[in-house]
Amino acid sequence: MSATLLDNLWSDHVITTRDDGASLLWVDRHLVHEGSHHAFGKIAAKGLPVVEPGLTFGVVDHYAPTRGAPATADIARMIDTLRSNCAQHGVTLFDQGDPRQGIVHVAGPEQGLTLPGLLINCGDSHTSTHGAFGALAFGIGATEVAHVLATQTVWQKKPKAMRITITGALGPGVGAKDIALAWIARLGADGARGHAVEYAGAAVRGLSMEGRMTLCNMSIEGGGRFGMVAPDTTTFDYLKGRPWAPGEDNWDAAVARWHKLPSAPDARFDKEVTLDASEIAPVVTWGTSPEEALPVTETVPDPTRLPMNKATRARAALDYMGLNAGQRLQDITIDQVFIGSCTNARIEDLRAAAAVLQGRQAQVPGLVSPGSAGVKAQAEAEGLDQIFTAAGLEWVGAGCSMCVAMNGDSVAAGKRCASTTNRNFRGRQGRGARTHLMSPAMVAAAAVTGRLTDVRPLLQGREVQA
Amino acid sequence: MTGWSRHTGVAIALDRENVDTDQLIPARFMSTPRAQGYGSFLLHDMRTEADGTPNPYFPLNVAPQASILISRRNFGSGSSREAAVYALVDAGFRIVIAPSFGDIFASNAVNNGLLPAKVTEDAVEGYIRHLAGRAGPAQVDLVAGSGHVAGRPLQFELDAGWRQKLINGWDDTDLTRQHADAIAAFRAARAASQPWSFPAAHAAAGGNT
Ligand code: SF4
Repeated sequence: MSATLLDNLWSDHVITTRDDGASLLWVDRHLVHEGSHHAFGKIAAKGLPVVEPGLTFGVVDHYAPTRGAPATADIARMIDTLRSNCAQHGVTLFDQGDPRQGIVHVAGPEQGLTLPGLLINCGDSHTSTHGAFGALAFGIGATEVAHVLATQTVWQKKPKAMRITITGALGPGVGAKDIALAWIARLGADGARGHAVEYAGAAVRGLSMEGRMTLCNMSIEGGGRFGMVAPDTTTFDYLKGRPWAPGEDNWDAAVARWHKLPSAPDARFDKEVTLDASEIAPVVTWGTSPEEALPVTETVPDPTRLPMNKATRARAALDYMGLNAGQRLQDITIDQVFIGSCTNARIEDLRAAAAVLQGRQAQVPGLVSPGSAGVKAQAEAEGLDQIFTAAGLEWVGAGCSMCVAMNGDSVAAGKRCASTTNRNFRGRQGRGARTHLMSPAMVAAAAVTGRLTDVRPLLQGREVQA
Repeated sequence: MTGWSRHTGVAIALDRENVDTDQLIPARFMSTPRAQGYGSFLLHDMRTEADGTPNPYFPLNVAPQASILISRRNFGSGSSREAAVYALVDAGFRIVIAPSFGDIFASNAVNNGLLPAKVTEDAVEGYIRHLAGRAGPAQVDLVAGSGHVAGRPLQFELDAGWRQKLINGWDDTDLTRQHADAIAAFRAARAASQPWSFPAAHAAAGGNT
């Protein structure tokens, strides 16, 4: 009766439960990428095959070159290793040049591999993204990846249930990324540790699938291994007709089943948090943890006004970021921008950035890397690439690119980047790189002025969606 | 991996919150085969200056023999890269003591014989103050969930299943294969009740792939 979405998803996957409370769960989809080489090595060492190659899909993303050939022999070797592992085990690979290629968390949903009610694993912490469809999706480490490859199951203790309700409506120029950074700033980078986060409320229901994916994607930055949104007509409309989604033969049966997933009205959560969408302003990070985020209209925190433990951390962050206490966030000048990553490189994200950049010039250089080959083609069909290049930004291929700086795209030491990615960790975009996280529209605004900027005035008189 | 139940070693503190896995091992080292050893990558960019010379004041350089790391809240947050655990293990660490851990990091740690020992904020505060930047002797009893660090008592929380796994050095894959029949039955039932959850089968059945 009063089950949560988490309860419904969980019970539908339990094969057995041990005395210590850990359950053996069936895995419906397993996504692998170049980083999965450790796991393939582990099953090879045991002489085990991939037990369900038909439920396993490979994607070239973390090391994917965005401009022509791989930057180094090491990078080429990582991609080749994935190729040969997938070929050897009969796993479908979305390789370089394949129109289905893209960042795993963009390509999976786009291909209809991500569906409500599924359990989805990937050796990547942002697997929480897929929960936007009402799936139980979570990132796992290499040992667990090897376990899934060998058994198509995963041991897991049921997390606690947490609900984040966003009431009301978002203002213009404010979107899913701002909701995410706002709640993480409020609850901390470990605010959802041990919990599966369900996002609910009018503002969440109003989000497109792209926005919901952004929100679920960032769950892990708040410590939540799982993020989820109950499926509804927005979900079903997005999925209908996708290559691997249910076809005409069982679409109605699937939808009927998916309708049973949402949390009951009287469902109980272990933790409940409510935010008012109308109070959320465009957010930027100033420090080296996603919790170090503030509305762009604010000033850089002053460590002398913080409690001792926070002051030490803030001082270290300001030192690394090269910022001064009390400085206006909008006075911070940037060296470059990056629009990309599994957080914010879907078609809507690119549209939001293009809406700001149209007819304007970027004051700093920057890279725009669409989340998938599919998004790239769509953006080009809409002429968005022309807007980016006319503004002076570089339009490149799909992959993780400057989000993790593994493919050679990186931010130089000491340089400051306004970025649509998910982690402002020290050195994430390159050793010594300084990252400010924000939405695509906010990155576009920063590009136009050369400093952190409130996008809202720049949107006046323009037709946009955040 | 081999199991263990008691460890005597040297503790050192890394006085920081939110030590994420990108700090524990920067991404650029992750294309290295494990056989080469990941120890030298551990906290590489904190440990060395930009020109590659070691920072002599950094805790790991002060006590390269340390096997117990103490740190503040949210240790191992961020990416799922198990390489972060490989770096700790290859550098000789057996135990990390902190008030909280990233969920994925903690399970990765246990899968590699590294104990994520959860203690109170106050306990960590005490160890850090007591060690004062230096190394100190420490002992950990996995069975009892206790021990001491630089003369101060240690009490840690650990999931019961994880404790068993660390002590016995169990590998889940071997254990899971004992459930092969239950898994096969589950699969068959799922294929019957939710055929769309098997995309290849659906495609073969004339779907729109
Ligand atoms: S875009 Fe970044 S966060 Fe997303 S999967 Fe790639 S590396 Fe991970």
